[in-house]
Amino acid sequence: MEFEETELRLGLPGNGGGGGGGGEGEVVRKRGFSETVDLKLNLSSKDSGGGGVVDLDEKVKAVQKEKNLLPSAADPAKPPAKAQVVGWPPVRSFRKNIMATQKSMSDESDKGAAFVKVSMDGAPYLRKVDLRMYKTYQDLYDALGKMFSSFTIGNCGSQGMKDFMNESKLMDLLNGSDYVATYEDKDGDWMLVGDVPWEMFVESCKRLRIMKGTEAIGLAPRAMEKCKNRTN
Amino acid sequence: MHHDRADQMSEDEDDHRSPPSDLEFTSSEARNYSTVGSGSGSGSGVPESQAPYLDQVLDNVLDNVLQFLTSRQDRNAASLVCKSWYRVEAVTRSELFIGNCYAVSPARASARFTKVRSLVLKGKPRFADFNLLPQGWGAHFSPWVASMAKAYSCLEKVHLKRMSVTDVDLENLAKSLPGFKELVLVCCEGFGTKGLAAFVSLCRQLRVLDLIESEVADDEMDWISHFPEGESCLESLIFDCVECLINFQALERLVANSPSMKRLRLNRHVSIGQLFRLLKIRGPQLTHLGTGSFSLSDLVPQGDQEPELDYASAFTACKSLVCLSGFREIVPDYLPAIYPVCANLTSLNFSYANINTEQLRPIIRHCHNLQIFWVLDSICDEGLQAVAATCKELRELRVFPIDAREDSEGPVSEVGLQAISEGCPKLQSILYFCQRMTNAAVKAMSKNCPDLVVFRLCIMERHRPDHVTGDPMDEGFGAIVKNCKKLTRLAVSGLLTDKAFSYIGKYGKLVRTLSVAFAGNSDMGLKYVLEGCPRLQKLEIRDSPFGDVALLSGLHQYYNMRFLWMSSCRLTRQGCQRVAREMPHLVVELIGSNWEDMEMDDVAEKLSMYMYRSVEMPREDAPDFVTIM
Repeated sequence: MEFEETELRLGLPGNGGGGGGGGEGEVVRKRGFSETVDLKLNLSSKDSGGGGVVDLDEKVKAVQKEKNLLPSAADPAKPPAKAQVVGWPPVRSFRKNIMATQKSMSDESDKGAAFVKVSMDGAPYLRKVDLRMYKTYQDLYDALGKMFSSFTIGNCGSQGMKDFMNESKLMDLLNGSDYVATYEDKDGDWMLVGDVPWEMFVESCKRLRIMKGTEAIGLAPRAMEKCKNRTN
Repeated sequence: MHHDRADQMSEDEDDHRSPPSDLEFTSSEARNYSTVGSGSGSGSGVPESQAPYLDQVLDNVLDNVLQFLTSRQDRNAASLVCKSWYRVEAVTRSELFIGNCYAVSPARASARFTKVRSLVLKGKPRFADFNLLPQGWGAHFSPWVASMAKAYSCLEKVHLKRMSVTDVDLENLAKSLPGFKELVLVCCEGFGTKGLAAFVSLCRQLRVLDLIESEVADDEMDWISHFPEGESCLESLIFDCVECLINFQALERLVANSPSMKRLRLNRHVSIGQLFRLLKIRGPQLTHLGTGSFSLSDLVPQGDQEPELDYASAFTACKSLVCLSGFREIVPDYLPAIYPVCANLTSLNFSYANINTEQLRPIIRHCHNLQIFWVLDSICDEGLQAVAATCKELRELRVFPIDAREDSEGPVSEVGLQAISEGCPKLQSILYFCQRMTNAAVKAMSKNCPDLVVFRLCIMERHRPDHVTGDPMDEGFGAIVKNCKKLTRLAVSGLLTDKAFSYIGKYGKLVRTLSVAFAGNSDMGLKYVLEGCPRLQKLEIRDSPFGDVALLSGLHQYYNMRFLWMSSCRLTRQGCQRVAREMPHLVVELIGSNWEDMEMDDVAEKLSMYMYRSVEMPREDAPDFVTIM
């Protein structure tokens, strides 16, 4: 086996989301995962918004807030909506925001389980993400990066986190090899993230695990095989 | 639910005989508009030489008697009898209610009332909740804190509504009043977890900390950990509006250390598993509970299985529970957990719970004692029918829209309203958002629910007529004011002509609060109301074609009112200025920077006027976008 084939990096499939055709050992590296996970100590925790959960929610809230205040975009299927008037109907923004956030969450869950657990080797806590919040692998990597970088900086302040902040453990992370995101699919197999088109990934992903690149050897070939099978 | 407190804050007690409560006047002009016909001066009829001694005896007697007078309207009346009564009443008033923080200054308030234990203070006009008031308008708590620090050593309770409160304010409040017991903040903003942390660490006697629908900035401060260690006298901790993550271990410790805790409302970052742990500690004592997210946690310790949650028995110990809310991210599958408490509930708030009819049915079936029910329209008309079938004791219903847009679907309609009116004859208060309504259903409610005190109907699409007949909604609202003899609060919507307002003016003799939006044809509409409703206190109007003529027809009324708000109507600067000139004790604020650029007689279509009585000179803390006439 050529070295390149076993060299595992995180990147988008060739041709930006192409199908099973990109499975011949061509790993086009668009952006490695380790680059999105900024594990450096000098990452300003303020930038990350103080915790992944809050960050995401605020993002959604901000988007939803915008949606409420702007005139609704014309949907070709429906007649053009009336321009929204400020403060009408008279529902407090607090309530409007909450309902907007909830609605987006429930819409997604109606389509099927899009919430998946995300574990990262070395982190004491799992996280949960809603895959339907993202449109592309890049979005997902960005979010994961933020989530786990804030973890390593330790915003939570609970006892578990204090242990994790132990310097030697951090240095291991920093010195270690690339991180790789893998996922468990519907069949129970562990696959590399990024091999299949995004939509297919969202449908089949049951949980995510971010592991050290060195541990992910052996996944890639199987992933590609599966891919081939699926496209047939 | 906080409704008991919120009610006190929004609905003044019903006492027609008494003068305005928020304006503690000393001027004779003010006395002219009081409705109490007693004379002034000391009517003791005692010879001059003995007067001082007897006054003192009288004072002592009065002192003891007036202690028992609790209603502020009664107290206002008593204070008008004579100077002696005025003096004694001032010294014995322990609860001070100020409905508009700009009506009277902190200095004047504390000069007159010297032994205040409890302060209720309201700030911004209600339309601020709907983004109609720009940020930074005012209602700052700071001057009050400064004044109270000096004047009120025995102040124990502060309730604020729509005030701007800073972290420094909270800290100063706690520092200057070490024995402070109760803080309730409703719809407030300007502070964050930093201020909370300082406050709770300094207030060692704190019994009540209720944060209700307030905006709390996330300073990434673990405020829960700042409660003092050891046994706490905390009775009520309400923080469901706080959107920040909290330290659950610290919360658990706090709850365990609070044997007197009766009310606990968690925020959405508390998972159902964590809730159950808290119920194990405090379940039996709790009377009011906010469940938090009511779903699983996002954060699960690596390596742990999700613990098996004992849904069936978690609530069985909650024998005292009467008021249940929360369900912020509800997983409906977990709802059966609350079956054990349903029969005892008098108040249930599902207004953040996206549940449908079928999910509601099994719950509501058990809630025979329910008096207050807040819910989303996701339950549909059928859900309301289920409520009507069981909840015969219902006093208050609020149906909120899950999709608060004008052109949304609207799953509830006149069908639901009709059902409720038929099934719940004891109804006193209703807030109903819908897209389709008929006069017939509103009339039916007016006949079936004679005890209605509050009727607020919001047909979300503007100018929408009766969807069956195509008529304006005049007759429906007319029936409400005519048949509901106890009605004090009304909010109208839908297509309305001046006729609706003529009905309100003719029949709405007890109406104190009126909210109008996108309604009426001409000045006559507003005139009817100003001329016909003697008890009117709070009038808020937006986007309705009422102009200067109407405004000027209410001069006789404005000193009796707490405020008048008119935005996007047809007023001119000229009209507003005239009112300001004729009524020296009225503060007329023009809000929005364009008022200055306008010609005097240009109609100000996009701008707002906020007008309120005050014994003070106009405020000095007004921002740039406010012009005071």
